[in-house]
Amino acid sequence: MTIAPMAQPTEPTSAPSPTPVSRKPRLATIWLDGCSGCHMSFLDQDELLITLAARADLVYSPIVDTKAFPENVDITLVEGAIGNAEDLAKILHIRRNTRLLVSLGDCAVTGNVSAMRNSFGVIPILERVYHEPALLHPATPQTDLPALRERVCPLHEVVHVDLFVPGCPPNAATIAYCLDALLEGRMPDLSQHTRFGK
Amino acid sequence: MPSSVRVKTLRIDDLDVAGDEQQTIFDVAVEHAIPIPTLCHLDGLGAVGACRMCLVEVTSANQTRLQPACATPIEEGMQIVTNSPRLQEYRRMILELLFAEGNHVCAVCVSNGHCELQGLAQSLGMTHVRFPYHYPQRSVDASHRRFVVDHNRCILCTRCVRVCAEIEGAHTWDVMGASSQTQVITDLNQPWAEAETCTGCGKCIHVCPTGALFEKGYSVAEMHKRRQFLPYLRAMREREP
Repeated sequence: MTIAPMAQPTEPTSAPSPTPVSRKPRLATIWLDGCSGCHMSFLDQDELLITLAARADLVYSPIVDTKAFPENVDITLVEGAIGNAEDLAKILHIRRNTRLLVSLGDCAVTGNVSAMRNSFGVIPILERVYHEPALLHPATPQTDLPALRERVCPLHEVVHVDLFVPGCPPNAATIAYCLDALLEGRMPDLSQHTRFGK
Repeated sequence: MPSSVRVKTLRIDDLDVAGDEQQTIFDVAVEHAIPIPTLCHLDGLGAVGACRMCLVEVTSANQTRLQPACATPIEEGMQIVTNSPRLQEYRRMILELLFAEGNHVCAVCVSNGHCELQGLAQSLGMTHVRFPYHYPQRSVDASHRRFVVDHNRCILCTRCVRVCAEIEGAHTWDVMGASSQTQVITDLNQPWAEAETCTGCGKCIHVCPTGALFEKGYSVAEMHKRRQFLPYLRAMREREP
């Protein structure tokens, strides 16, 4: 048996380059199967956000009003793993419209806490949540919620990822350091700034 | 050191070094401050070469082989490379396979921030795992009054087995099964609380490199392992007549 690393899926046709574009860079952030902690950390950049706003346009994020993910995004920070059908559809759409895709935080990079359900399977998890507790009307939701995938997986199992930023959550300084480098056209070396679980 | 010590000379990276023939490549490297990453190795315990983290390139008699530094005795004329791009890639790959094989969720681990597996991931530049995660279904035994074994976080380094057999002399811990079903067990795969040979000394807890063995009463990132006792116990024992 040979053990070969997975090739990252959907390799972009041209190698991604952090080279800055001539217009103001377009930045997006999104929150998939995670706890929003990475976005809390993003907001913890505090006054650096004012500097960031001068350097990039935040075109899509849980903290702005845009409803649909736009085209031609330069950098997208993705928090959270791929846990349901909607997450998968979103990440595929994001990948098609993003030059540099960043896995932000342990859920995006490893699956982390979101993937802890994988050892048990979907049905036992739904039973445990919607039937085992003494609920008035125990029932698994059938509508309005996207179907859970059998396995929660990190982003790079389904799309090509350009930069991995581990941390639970990566702290504000790490996110600021990372964005600063990307906006200057460099790939940051994060080994001294963050790690799994930090 | 006995008077009949035979000295061997060898070359590690760009350094000409010498050592006693009983020493391993790792022993001699440590004496010369040449860093080699390790995981299953622990000063004071017998070597097993289980994790392969300390693989080095050894050229001897015109043949180059990858050998675990912790379990390979030195030989005259050996040429050793400790940190080639190939070794870095293999070490990262071994780490990734360890992460993919178990359920190592650092964010909710008692050893978060004090874990050797996590520390190696950072120091060896492992940014993500390129292999599909296995998500095995593994158990937690919290039957013991003071201690817990969480098999999700076990990397089968066998430090617990060795310290229990070699230092405490109880041999409560052993290894059962094969391949992905391998796990450490107490006595005859009984709950830890029912393992009669366990003296409750806690040595296994403190040699464990991850959060697989820990004391009750600690939450995320609170478990610090203390290992100073081990080289001392070993040295005292070797002095006995």
